[in-house]
Amino acid sequence: MQLKSKDLLGLEYMSREEIELILETAKLFEEVSGRDIKKVPTLRGKTIINLFYEASTRTRTSFELAGKRLSGDMINIQVSSSSVTKGETLLDTGKTLEAMNADIVIIRHSSSGAPSLLSKHSGFSVINAGDGMHEHPTQALLDMFTISKKKKRIEGLKVVIVGDIFHSRVARSNIWGMKKLGAEITIVAPPTFLPREVEKMGVQVSYNLDESLKKADVIYLLRIQQERQKGGFLPSIREYSRLFGLNQERLSLAKKDVLVMHPGPINRGVEISPEVADGPLSLINEQVSSGVSVRMAVLYLLGTRK
Amino acid sequence: MGSPLQRGKMNLLLKNGRVIDPSQKIDAKLDVLIEKGKIVELGNNLDNKAKSIIDLTNKIICPGFIDMHVHLREPGYEYKETIKTGTYAAARGGFTSIACMPNTKPVADNQAVIRFIANRAKEEGIVNVFPIGAISKDLKGEELTEMGELLSNGARALSDDGKCIQNADLMRRAFEYAKLFDLIIISHCEDFNLSKNGMINEGFISTKLGLIGIPKAAEEVIVARDIQLAEFTKSRLHIAHISSSYSVELVRQAKKRGVNVTAEVTPHHLVLDESLVDGFDTNTKVNPPLRGEEDRIALLEGLNDGTIDCIASDHAPHARTDKEVEFDQAAFGMVGLETSVSVILTKLVHHKKLALSEMVGKFTLNPAGILKLDKGTLQKGKDADITVLDLRKESVIDANSFLSKGKNTPFSGWKVTGLPVMTIVGGKIVMEDGKVANK
Repeated sequence: MQLKSKDLLGLEYMSREEIELILETAKLFEEVSGRDIKKVPTLRGKTIINLFYEASTRTRTSFELAGKRLSGDMINIQVSSSSVTKGETLLDTGKTLEAMNADIVIIRHSSSGAPSLLSKHSGFSVINAGDGMHEHPTQALLDMFTISKKKKRIEGLKVVIVGDIFHSRVARSNIWGMKKLGAEITIVAPPTFLPREVEKMGVQVSYNLDESLKKADVIYLLRIQQERQKGGFLPSIREYSRLFGLNQERLSLAKKDVLVMHPGPINRGVEISPEVADGPLSLINEQVSSGVSVRMAVLYLLGTRK
Repeated sequence: MGSPLQRGKMNLLLKNGRVIDPSQKIDAKLDVLIEKGKIVELGNNLDNKAKSIIDLTNKIICPGFIDMHVHLREPGYEYKETIKTGTYAAARGGFTSIACMPNTKPVADNQAVIRFIANRAKEEGIVNVFPIGAISKDLKGEELTEMGELLSNGARALSDDGKCIQNADLMRRAFEYAKLFDLIIISHCEDFNLSKNGMINEGFISTKLGLIGIPKAAEEVIVARDIQLAEFTKSRLHIAHISSSYSVELVRQAKKRGVNVTAEVTPHHLVLDESLVDGFDTNTKVNPPLRGEEDRIALLEGLNDGTIDCIASDHAPHARTDKEVEFDQAAFGMVGLETSVSVILTKLVHHKKLALSEMVGKFTLNPAGILKLDKGTLQKGKDADITVLDLRKESVIDANSFLSKGKNTPFSGWKVTGLPVMTIVGGKIVMEDGKVANK
């Protein structure tokens, strides 16, 4: 079996079987990262471009490590967002990279849909490393990989996603992906953070974190951006934290083996208290480790696709 | 049959066609005699009175179609469209008259620009062009334009179009002052706080794609506001490109209480919905955005019950560079002059969603009435502006073949049945079988 598309644009467009194939393949690559010599020759001679229009440390580094551990030739292009308007258009950049025979282009962009645009006009594989508020598929894949390692399954798990769903590409990708693998998802947020008709994505909606926590197998917290206060989404970070922040007291309402996750970077004391973030139920660091294996799997499956 | 230009100079007899003219409640097989640019007679057996006879068997002869909402982009944005290319596109699409919005550069907020547009249209254009003047200077929503001077130089209506006036007090004054000249105010209804950063309709599709939505309420609150202001000032209001179900209801109620309000709808809002945006095609990005299916149905109801008076394209040509970019950076708008008639015939008339005679009224008599043009009719003595339709002619819409400089349409590739096959302006054939006569 192989992936149907040359691109990874989002989990909405993937089948359950494709997602499972990526997760299975990631298991094989996890072993490589544990070796003394963390390298296999699988993608030798392949040119992989990290094209980042937004600042990112962990995703960019994770892709770079993944590409290097597969022996691909990795190039980083960091485009400052200020030069987008005066500089070369995305399509012209795409043409340039195509002329250089790039095999895979990993793009992060502040505009939803930018990876689709690049993909429509180029022959190389496009991997979406986060586009606007649309999708961040490899984040969701690594989250599912992390969960299934701990719980041995996704099917039937009750997942609670808490926070700014409206602005979150991570939430969207996780909802599509986890739904396809059979999880039950509840999103918990103040109504200003709930995008319109979000229930059509197949999720339950709640305003009450304490109630939702009780049945949860996984609590997934989203990062709250400070500027949301100005946009009228929140009266204050303080009130958000009081109503929706995860602290020890709240966590004690949940099951003993609940998993606490966060895509990072975390705001300590806002959506998560430091004790919880560093506590025994937190998987935040494991998520980062899983990221490399999952991205190796994605690069491998797209890079060797016939 | 000779070249269109040669025959245009002669007197013409349009023979064997079915004449549909809602202004005279005519739907009958009649011949139309044209002399010196005017309609001379509708009747039978007029053969001996004309030098040039055109057989229009199985064709429909209508008063010339009017598109009252067009962007011609000149002066200022000639890379998107010019008055010349815009009027060629109009002729090809079956339109004999178009009204153009003032958001040019410089803005059509003074006599110089209005005169420039009118003169350029006479020099290079091949259909009638009626400029619409700005309501506020430089479309800034701060001070009123010299409306009297705009009118005396050829402006037929007033609008700030896409720059909807946010200040309700200024809008009130605009309604009041426009009464001095009996000018109609055309309102693009949009509350900019509510629509801030929005790109597509706010709903499941915007949620899924992670694109900021434009809520229907952004339109509805201004429709409500402007109806109240028009009622309060006893002035005339025309709602541009109405798009939401509740806006239709607001207009319906206002008409019942006797408010002087009219409304237009675009073909794209009548036949497309927001699901088309899925896939990030920037040709589907338009303002107001494509809405939900329930809105589309409400628009169709409003069109049929008379709440919505006319169909206008909001022809908004853009260059490839304006559209082949990230979705949030792409310009709003789609071209419409060369697709409106075919799309309406194909999707509405042939599917019995809109009667043919109703459609003709929405393209002729009604917009003429709103703009107070002495057009939209085949009455004796009126300008011989005529649109001829072939309801059965099949074709495939091909954006690359457009005469408009703008190729930005979501309709490219559509198979359509029904086409305008002849456009006559002031007795002169400017389009025949898709071929436009050069000026």
